Amino acid sequence: MGLKNTSPSSTQSWADYYTTQAKHCQDPTLQRFYATGLVSPDTPIGEVPLMALDFETTGMNAAKHDIVSIGMVPFTLQRIRPAQGHYWVVKPRRSLREESIVHHRITHSEIEHAPDLETVLDEVLDRLAGHLVVVHYRNIERNFLDGAIFARRGEHCLFPVIDTMVIEARFERGQRFQTLKRLFGIAPPSIRLAASRERYGLPPYSTHHAKVDALATAELLQAQIARHYSPQTPVSELWA
Amino acid sequence: MEAEIKEIRDHISAYPPFRDLSDALLNDIATSVEIAYYQAGAPIVEFGDPIHYLFYIRSGAVEVYLRNGELYNRLDEGDIFGHVGLLLNRRVRSPVTAIEDTLIYLIPAAVFDRLCDQDENFADFVGLWGSRLKSTVEQSARGNDMMFTPVRRLITRLPVMIEASASVQEAARLMTEQEVSSLLVLAPPDHSDSDRVFSDLDGQQWRLSDMITDLDLRERVLAQGLPAQTPLTQITDEGLHTIQSDESIYEAMLIMLRNNIQSLPVLHRRRPVGLVSLSDIVRYETDSSLHLMSNILKQTSARGLERLKPNIQAAFLRLVDEGATSQMIGNAMSSIGRSLMRRLVELAEAELGPPPVPYCFMVHGSLARNDQSITTDQDNALVLHDSFDPAQHDVYFKALAQRVSDGLDACGYPYCKGGIMATNPQWRQPLAQWKQYFTEWIAEPDPERLLHSSIFFDLDAVYGEERFVEALQDLITTQAPKNPKFLAALARNALNRTPPLGVFRNFVMEKDGKHNNSINIKRRGVAPMNDVIRVHALSVGSQAQNPFERLDDIDEANILSIGQTDRLRYALEFMALVRLRHQADDIKHNHTADNSIEPEYISDHDRHNLKEAFQVLNHAQKYLRFRYPERGRG
Repeated sequence: MGLKNTSPSSTQSWADYYTTQAKHCQDPTLQRFYATGLVSPDTPIGEVPLMALDFETTGMNAAKHDIVSIGMVPFTLQRIRPAQGHYWVVKPRRSLREESIVHHRITHSEIEHAPDLETVLDEVLDRLAGHLVVVHYRNIERNFLDGAIFARRGEHCLFPVIDTMVIEARFERGQRFQTLKRLFGIAPPSIRLAASRERYGLPPYSTHHAKVDALATAELLQAQIARHYSPQTPVSELWA
Repeated sequence: MEAEIKEIRDHISAYPPFRDLSDALLNDIATSVEIAYYQAGAPIVEFGDPIHYLFYIRSGAVEVYLRNGELYNRLDEGDIFGHVGLLLNRRVRSPVTAIEDTLIYLIPAAVFDRLCDQDENFADFVGLWGSRLKSTVEQSARGNDMMFTPVRRLITRLPVMIEASASVQEAARLMTEQEVSSLLVLAPPDHSDSDRVFSDLDGQQWRLSDMITDLDLRERVLAQGLPAQTPLTQITDEGLHTIQSDESIYEAMLIMLRNNIQSLPVLHRRRPVGLVSLSDIVRYETDSSLHLMSNILKQTSARGLERLKPNIQAAFLRLVDEGATSQMIGNAMSSIGRSLMRRLVELAEAELGPPPVPYCFMVHGSLARNDQSITTDQDNALVLHDSFDPAQHDVYFKALAQRVSDGLDACGYPYCKGGIMATNPQWRQPLAQWKQYFTEWIAEPDPERLLHSSIFFDLDAVYGEERFVEALQDLITTQAPKNPKFLAALARNALNRTPPLGVFRNFVMEKDGKHNNSINIKRRGVAPMNDVIRVHALSVGSQAQNPFERLDDIDEANILSIGQTDRLRYALEFMALVRLRHQADDIKHNHTADNSIEPEYISDHDRHNLKEAFQVLNHAQKYLRFRYPERGRG
């Protein structure tokens, strides 16, 4: 495997990584995913088809925990289309802890009847293909998806994502006086999804659910671009 | 239904005209909505653009403009726009701009067309009326109509449920704990396509098997001598009647009467969402203010009127809950207050005999302004015919005044602390003396003295010779505009109470010990706004007493800058509504309704509007100071 299957190094661009992956991946779905390609880095964000993605997991560690549900909602800077989004519940390989049951409102019986991620993986990847993925806290979605695919197909799957939490940190924590404030013991503002949304006047949602959170993330990105960037901002300034 | 579709549906179904739509149409909307975010200041639609959506405000606020750029309307959460353009030529008629960060739900034109075709109420709303306010007026006009109102409007709490394997004692215990008189009984599902099988919020499947009530425990358990451990399965019979949440209240009543049952489970699809009882329906019917007024006029004793006190509260709560405007609520509550007073006078006359000379019962303050709320002191006076001879006639009028005043106090309108009541001999005088009072107040204004008498400048007749009070109103409207000193003194007094805004547009809280961290919305908002409006109204010779009607007259006289009367109207309406909602909330929580609102318990959105309303009042007071400068005194 080597270089071609890991994350693009600093000298390699996402475009190069896609080309390599399309050539070397054995799995037809991954081939298809990478062959669909990626928008060029200078494309204005306002012209890119986006896909908000959210996972609920059994824990925070991709090596130890599993995906329980996947929500996605397609959108652009102009429109979010919740009805065209998708939602899957999948069966974790390791058992579900009680606290996450309460947290996600997903029950044992629901999971008992859910398929393994393998069954829905092709559909998930096909739906993501051709979209720039938007998440809140990329360490979850990126690491869990890559880990799950590697475990099942023996190949890596990485792609650039826009992380609304990184954007929030950039503006809420990267400012002048922040170090000074910290010195005086003033806590930095929260950059969790709900707290970030509140700063843009976005309404609270009552449920914790992968698709609701994907929708919430899509709304947040629209708000962030409106306040801090413009539809002309090239995607390379936003993705990582 | 997926969680995010449910989020959308739940929000939309809380506002007219969506509130009364069928479940099928609500689902059509929720599954077709698209979403867009607009930052404060961003245009949402511009004149002449093609329009393919109905716009629904999920959060935030927008301003709608006329083509000439003039502000036409301000809309917020739950309001819609774009329907006029959709109905006419599918072009934007009025440009709209976000004034706060705003989240919009876009409902596709095809769905909008379907709503207009399939729901008459919706078509009416967007076609004939087009604003939430007007629709509310129409809605409450026929709000009484049980044929149209869906039964879900009567649901106040989720149903309490118990598994069929529990014992009758456990059921009785649960009913006691939850303070309910009926429980829904759940059994394991038999076969999943049965009409009675549903999944709860945790995805578990259940079959709704029966409902048990207090009465069942008496008839089927105690009277039969069954032990406390008897399982519920032994006393239930599966002959359950239910109703869908979007069916009418009328239908629910028919089912209960036909089957001789007291309450009925309400289902959304197959899931139980509440219970409705016959007594809920009876209460719903009798709360209406019209019914209440006819009931007041039927009473034959002061005690009978006193017993209507809870009904007055219920009518008030219902008006607030139905989303009526402050003007509608003020009007309805004033009509109730007047009917009550009229009936008290009639009853007193019946007892004391006919009056020795003609007279008029006059009211001041909120009742005169037609903006009465639920907690309000009585302010009244007697204007007697000029042939009045104190030695001969005052015994009669003193007794009359006492009866009316005591009756009002008993019905929840406490005695006036400032003594402005007909029981006070100073305010029980012949017309000539009243003319004298007003002439002096106007010709020799002294702010100190005016402070205590400004309340008399809102006046209206409630019973008797209305022409007496009209004569006084005429005197005021002809004299006041000609006396700049009087207006200046009145203006000075209107500046005494300032809005609670600090230097940084933050709220300044009361520091009187009793209500810390609160704002007295009457003293710091509604009342000073009424004071400002009164000065302008008297300066243009307006005959109106109601602040909103006074604003119409002020607007016509063109004495304020363009748009200013609209701003005053908007600010007054908002502050008055916050006050009324706060009082309704107090009553619901069994507190005494007061005027102390606590900004930390107000939604961000309302807080923002409240600051803006205070700001409008602040500017209005500054303008008043400029128009009637200090040196105008003396």
